[in-house]
Amino acid sequence: MMSHFDVELDTSGLNCPLPVLKARKALAEMTAGQRLHLIVTDAGANKDIPAFSKMTGNPLIETNEQDGKLHFILEKGAV
Amino acid sequence: MAKKLAIIASKGTLDSAYPPFLLASTAIALGFEVKIFFTFYGLQLLNKELNLKVSPLGNPAMPMPVTIPSIVQIIPGLEWFATWMMKRKLKKKGVASLEELRDICIETGVELIACQMTVDLFDFKNENFIEGISRGGAATFLEFAGDADITLYI
Repeated sequence: MMSHFDVELDTSGLNCPLPVLKARKALAEMTAGQRLHLIVTDAGANKDIPAFSKMTGNPLIETNEQDGKLHFILEKGAV
Repeated sequence: MAKKLAIIASKGTLDSAYPPFLLASTAIALGFEVKIFFTFYGLQLLNKELNLKVSPLGNPAMPMPVTIPSIVQIIPGLEWFATWMMKRKLKKKGVASLEELRDICIETGVELIACQMTVDLFDFKNENFIEGISRGGAATFLEFAGDADITLYI
């Protein structure tokens, strides 16, 4: 089970760099402390999303894989 | 201070057009400040209508469904076919179109700089370029690249 989230973004079928670009856009519309559930099928996201999290200061709360899809919970950081 | 990415885009084929727009849009998502300097054939990436092509000719590494000897690759239509095949594959694999990546670059504030010397050299028309680009020369690029964290020549 995933921990709670406020916004869900499913990027299934999209390839690099679209999941990161769409995650950025979604987070920009959220407020600090809200959580984004990001669903990705691009296998490169395993490394890309943690890098995105680290560089943008939006903590990665949870990562798991279900049914061949990667699920991430990102928390919008304080700007 | 935001990190800075400086890119020179010097090529105008469909495949070579991806790295500048892809890296620039991603860098913005990661909090970078980004400028791309378009020079020589790279200026084609600033045309309103992107009509870029890819050719297996002179590019033996390009995956093709069947091996086509170089001497045969001069037949008319092969470049069109290779381009069509590449675009179809990009779409099928969920890769963004160049137009989409370029729009994101513009929306998110990547500065697109056209090399004035090349514009003059090839007599490129202003009205064919997208709006919102700036003009500059070698010194313009080097001033920004001088304190960029990453500088790429593509």
